[in-house]
Amino acid sequence: MSLAEKQSVAEIKARNKELIAEVLKVYPEKTAKRRAKHLNVHEAGKSDCGVKSNIKSIPGVMTIRGCAYAGSKGVVWGPIKDMIHISHGPVGCGQYSWAARRNYYIGTTGIDTFVTMQFTSDFQEKDIVFGGDKKLAKIMDEIQELFPLNNGITVQSECPIGLIGDDIEAVSKVKSKEYDGKTIVPVRCEGFRGVSQSLGHHIANDAIRDWIFDKQDPNRVAPFESTPYDVAIIGDYNIGGDAWSSRILLEEMGLRVIAQWSGDGSLAELENTPKAKLNVLHCYRSMNYISRHMEEKFGIPWCEYNFFGPSKIAESLRKIASYFDDKIKEGAERVIAKYQPLMDAVIAKYRPRLEGKTVMLYVGGLRPRHVIGAYEDLGMEVVGTGYEFAHNDDYQRTAQHYVKDGTIIYDDVTGYEFEKFVEKIQPDLVGSGIKEKYVFQKMGVPFRQMHSWDYSGPYHGYDGFAIFARDMDMAINSPVWKMTNTPWKKSPSKPTMLAAE
Amino acid sequence: MPQNADNVLDHFELFRGPEYQQMLANKKRMFENPRDPAEVERIREWAKTPEYQEKNFAREALTVNPAKACQPLGAVFVAVGFESTIPFVHGSQGCVAYYRSHFSRHFKEPTSCVSSSMTEDAAVFGGLNNMIDGLANTYNMYKPKMIAVSTTCMAEVIGDDLNAFIKTAKEKGSVPAEYDVPFAHTPAFVGSHITGYDNAMKGVLEHFWDGKAGTTDKLVREPNEKINFLGGFDGYTVGNIREIKRIFNLMGVEYTILGDNSDVWDTPTDGEFRMYDGGTTLEEAANAIHAKATISMQEYCTEKTLPFIKGHGHEVVAFNHPVGVAGTDKFLMEVSRITGKEIPEELARERGRLVDAIADSSAHIHGKKFAIYGDPDLCYGLAAFLLELGAEPTTVLSTNGGPKWAAKMQELFDSSPFGGNCKAYPNKDLWHMRSLLFTEPVDFLIGNTYGKYLERDTGTPLIRIGFPIFDRHHHHRRPVWGYQGGMNVLITILDKIFDTIDQNTIVPAKTDYSFDIIR
Repeated sequence: MSLAEKQSVAEIKARNKELIAEVLKVYPEKTAKRRAKHLNVHEAGKSDCGVKSNIKSIPGVMTIRGCAYAGSKGVVWGPIKDMIHISHGPVGCGQYSWAARRNYYIGTTGIDTFVTMQFTSDFQEKDIVFGGDKKLAKIMDEIQELFPLNNGITVQSECPIGLIGDDIEAVSKVKSKEYDGKTIVPVRCEGFRGVSQSLGHHIANDAIRDWIFDKQDPNRVAPFESTPYDVAIIGDYNIGGDAWSSRILLEEMGLRVIAQWSGDGSLAELENTPKAKLNVLHCYRSMNYISRHMEEKFGIPWCEYNFFGPSKIAESLRKIASYFDDKIKEGAERVIAKYQPLMDAVIAKYRPRLEGKTVMLYVGGLRPRHVIGAYEDLGMEVVGTGYEFAHNDDYQRTAQHYVKDGTIIYDDVTGYEFEKFVEKIQPDLVGSGIKEKYVFQKMGVPFRQMHSWDYSGPYHGYDGFAIFARDMDMAINSPVWKMTNTPWKKSPSKPTMLAAE
Repeated sequence: MPQNADNVLDHFELFRGPEYQQMLANKKRMFENPRDPAEVERIREWAKTPEYQEKNFAREALTVNPAKACQPLGAVFVAVGFESTIPFVHGSQGCVAYYRSHFSRHFKEPTSCVSSSMTEDAAVFGGLNNMIDGLANTYNMYKPKMIAVSTTCMAEVIGDDLNAFIKTAKEKGSVPAEYDVPFAHTPAFVGSHITGYDNAMKGVLEHFWDGKAGTTDKLVREPNEKINFLGGFDGYTVGNIREIKRIFNLMGVEYTILGDNSDVWDTPTDGEFRMYDGGTTLEEAANAIHAKATISMQEYCTEKTLPFIKGHGHEVVAFNHPVGVAGTDKFLMEVSRITGKEIPEELARERGRLVDAIADSSAHIHGKKFAIYGDPDLCYGLAAFLLELGAEPTTVLSTNGGPKWAAKMQELFDSSPFGGNCKAYPNKDLWHMRSLLFTEPVDFLIGNTYGKYLERDTGTPLIRIGFPIFDRHHHHRRPVWGYQGGMNVLITILDKIFDTIDQNTIVPAKTDYSFDIIR
């Protein structure tokens, strides 16, 4: 049993405050002052979590954050499957992000689909010195020759592009004209821009607006007949098939999904999205920009939803249905009822094994709040959470709809802080990323990667929840955690979850 | 509804159900504006032809699926090999997130590394303040014994001067004046991760040997009987370095492993997270100047480091990632020559066992054709081993191997009766390899995890040897050096050969007559 359970909320708050004060002691004064603003203990009833966010990371502290390129190429654009995304600059960025995000898709890779390939301009010193525009133009020619079935090209800028003054917009325009108006999108997502992945999402959203929506003929007719039930899934990257296990529910309730942004998405789907009657938005952080734009420009309303765990799924299906007529509302009820026995069976099987277990999260986008309901469906409690690259509106949503009184909140957490928090709070499970996974497993703390679903998934939708529940049980109740203590040694040198059991 | 609580279906089963298949087919047909399947098929076939290959090899600007990473990755590899050392990469922070993830995905271990988190203002004004604050924070938080600095391309493009910055940071009190902060400029637009290894290793040695950036006297070499060992950038570093230590200990050789990351990337799960573990001590790094010789296992990882060391009076010897009998023979005999220590009987017996294993199994490898890709030294070592097994490494490709490497490969081919049909491809990527596998098919492909795409497209069975290996676990724990390492490589190759035969003979009443029990 974890410590958190034995304590009252007041005790937990006091402990968490003390813990924050303690970790701040390690920093030089200036840094401690800055970090203090990103750490807090949540007070029930407050409209946000009381932390500053979307501020530059402090040098040398081991931030877990990435960069704008990661936000654009890695998150928003990369999954668009029938376009070729050039990692423009030196070889590394494209190499480290090559097929690393599990954006599932269907297609003939290398022929009409290109997601799990690494196209790079592999900048050399001469490209830095003389500029890379000519090389970029030539790359586009070579792409056209060798990959004739590509439906478009994007240029994902790495750091040097903006620093050496290359004009990728001019190259893109010239080449687009040369190839009969082909969609070629320059994206200014150099890694040094902004403070995290977040600006990369925004820049990528804007690039879709400027180079796809704004280039379209306003009188363009959709290649399909519209229905009153057309929706687009926005902000689902189809990690392990998440968008598919979501789409199936929307379709079962009678809606028609005309586009997926951007997991298993295609250029045609992006282009046709303005025909949607409603945009349903999962990852608010990475795609609220384009949703707001479509609302302003095309009058398409958007609706945030949460497909983690049966409680939130049912709530979301009803919320989405509320935008439509009775047919869809009945459809939502029908879907909820259809999956109820499955959910009952999943919870009956796993809840007894997970009841009362505590979780600490540190992820990106939407997950530090969105998955809380799914854990609660399993009788678990999230006792700490934080975001890599949230803005204040994320913390507002977190405070108002998700976290409990006394939850410890950490924005842009440093390696040191996270390790200390987990060591002291001793949760039964940590959910974070690959860089954190092995740190906590060494400490004897069960862990699940909550970016990649630890190579499992989908976790979205009813089908996904069964996998989620199974995985959390597998992580926490694995026999391996009973073996971390060496039997002839009295106790591990540091307190761990197991020591508290 | 396909999902059920009793038997939870994973992604690889769930989506094959009829509900999902129908949904995905509809999505494609109605909304994706798909290409005509006949056209897709036509292009797919065309991409297998010599005509396509010619266009593919005529590429001058585009790189597709390269088998190389950038310099700072190599610098991080080096830094974590020194005692309680934290790599500090000066530039954009996203890069560091990438290096850490990349190593953690390969080794299944934590990789600690910090960034100076430069953003737009630093791009305009330079990153001096980031260095000053960053060193102070790292020093206070993580209590390292040494901070090894390298650069991302951002810092290189704007021309930040590490030497001057570190000096200024020390003057401002970020770290004590005498504190060790070796550095190396590691521009991502020059060379690859092996160049970064080279620069960073040279940076560390230069720091300790040549007066710590002008702050102390240069060390004066007082030759002793030790030898220094450089492994180079190596995905098998955990297993390999342990094997090398075992061999040196058996021989009674006194040695210093320069950059020993075999412990930090293989820490136990026992309730404690060890941010630092093992590694070359700073004292050993300094005293390495007194060694009588330095051995590099990877010539192309140490092109600048070895001449630097030689300039300090050492004999230097470079190998090309020796794998197998002759490679290991040469390595051991050179160690013996340099140190005057005899090669013990135990190693002779290990050699004999490897030869014995080859004799037992060579009938299954002899005459088989292989394609290999990877770092230049690894390619050389594997090709040499295949030749001594009687196999033909007909296609050997390296994205970060240049013309000099290709000439060296050709010499190797020319030295063997099995090398007649073999060719080296310098500075080529895996899309070139794809063409080659179609036009000049081989029996097996050797490469890293990304080779699985080539396996899928061309049907060539992949033997995973290289870096990174993301989709198989624990390979890095086994050595590929020494006779025992050769044995591991041999078994890995044989397993794939036998598995492939089994797969091809597994259909009952059709191909099962060769589905043999005894081979």
